[in-house]
Amino acid sequence: MKEIALIKGNEAIAEAAIRTGVDAYFGYPITPQSEVLEYLQLQKPEERTGMVVLQAESELAAINMVYGAAGTGKKVMTTSSSPGISLMQEGISYIAGAELPCLIVNVVRGGPGLGTIQPSQADYFQATKGGGHGDYRLIVLAPASVQEMADFVDLAFELAFKYRNPALILSDGLIGQMMEKVELPEPKERFTTFDQSWVITGKTADRERNIITSLNLDPELQYEHNIKLQQKYERMKEDVMFESFQTDDADFLLVAYGSSARICQKVVDVVRGRGKKLGLLRPITLFPFPTEVISELSRRVKGILSVEMSTGQMVEDVRLAANGRVPVYHYGTFGGKIHSPEDVLNAIEEKFIGGF
Amino acid sequence: MTEEIIIAGFGGQGVLSMGKILAYSGIMQDQEVSWMPSYGPEMRGGTANVTVILSDNRISSPVLHSYDTAIILNQQSLDKFESAVKPGGMLLYDPNGITRHPERKDIKIFQVEAVDESIKLSSKKTFNMFVLGAYLKLHPIVTFENVVKGLKKSLPERHQHLIPANEKAIKRGMEIVREMK
Repeated sequence: MKEIALIKGNEAIAEAAIRTGVDAYFGYPITPQSEVLEYLQLQKPEERTGMVVLQAESELAAINMVYGAAGTGKKVMTTSSSPGISLMQEGISYIAGAELPCLIVNVVRGGPGLGTIQPSQADYFQATKGGGHGDYRLIVLAPASVQEMADFVDLAFELAFKYRNPALILSDGLIGQMMEKVELPEPKERFTTFDQSWVITGKTADRERNIITSLNLDPELQYEHNIKLQQKYERMKEDVMFESFQTDDADFLLVAYGSSARICQKVVDVVRGRGKKLGLLRPITLFPFPTEVISELSRRVKGILSVEMSTGQMVEDVRLAANGRVPVYHYGTFGGKIHSPEDVLNAIEEKFIGGF
Repeated sequence: MTEEIIIAGFGGQGVLSMGKILAYSGIMQDQEVSWMPSYGPEMRGGTANVTVILSDNRISSPVLHSYDTAIILNQQSLDKFESAVKPGGMLLYDPNGITRHPERKDIKIFQVEAVDESIKLSSKKTFNMFVLGAYLKLHPIVTFENVVKGLKKSLPERHQHLIPANEKAIKRGMEIVREMK
């Protein structure tokens, strides 16, 4: 039987990291994700699995420790919240350029700037469009429950090693701080079985040396490198993940990820209870984005409402997917305010009025 | 069955831990649970609240706009959450420090004098368990045995010796709760 726990989303990330054999964690505290580092330090993972946990002197140090350790083919990760993730962007761009697998977790808080410590989903652009410089993408997973906080750690590493690309879990203060019942992942060997042919752990006699760099001064080489990266991002589409709630016969569609998707599930229940056909599409991967399924649904519904705790970011991707076939609206609170199911219901009344 | 509860009061009154014990009790009873706290500046000396949901089914939104039950431990929280109780729902409060009492006629209102009782019994630290007891008397959604199991799970090792005192407080809370008409 699986082990059940009542833990916070942040603690679920930390416990899952130990259990699924992460080799190292480098981080720096910031609300609302400080429990990750606190939990790891309390658990003494160096005694449980040999995992290294280190509080770095800053976010910059942490992400560069991740860069270095990732080059050795180890499973390494860091976690932070919005302002801290902004500080890491240079390192993340380098890691993406150097094609190294690693996991970054952003437990998003309201911005811009230092903003607030309350939950937000306003880092969608930063996460999915490349928050640092250059044409790069991260694999972005959006958990909607504490269970998924636990489950996505291992999934993120699977994908990161499959594509030799950094993966990012885009969570928020709500899921980080709330407690739910969690089935803890089965303990796994720490030592990775992923492809290690590219790692820099010392040249052996039977092969040329491996080089890890994000620098290519020759534009021809950098051009080729960019093409290779773009082909890789294209291939990632085979790992698109989403969840559908009552979309089969829906007249209107909500699109929401993470905590907003949980809120919208209740909205769907309430609206269905009134005999109206509302559905919800929840992107699980934000990059690659579930463009195809939304495009497909846009041929059948009368309108789409994208719900996110921001002034409207994911709605742009939803509009691209719908491609003008139906009106696509945005609704959401922001700046650390959480919309309630009633707020979303009111928005539906306002946007879809007459349609129902 | 789904029970949607808000527990609200001052930081330090044990609002969050009461919610946690309730959530753990729900797990012991094989229910789905969610526990969503207010966190941040308001926790440090100001008001604290936690939304707890216990359900036989998958829980959708952990964020709510109305509640089956509000458990209220100070005036600010009463002012904020009285209107958020669903019609026909329940409001349980400690009258200590309350100057404007609840006024709604379409909900059931109960009092538990937990502050007074905990001082009387020299058991101030178990204040929140008097309140939990009162709640469980009114809504026995989890059995007493499962609450004790929940207590054992949620109290850290160094506080395990306090379990009998907590049990006593829960039982006493069940006795002193009364309906306001």
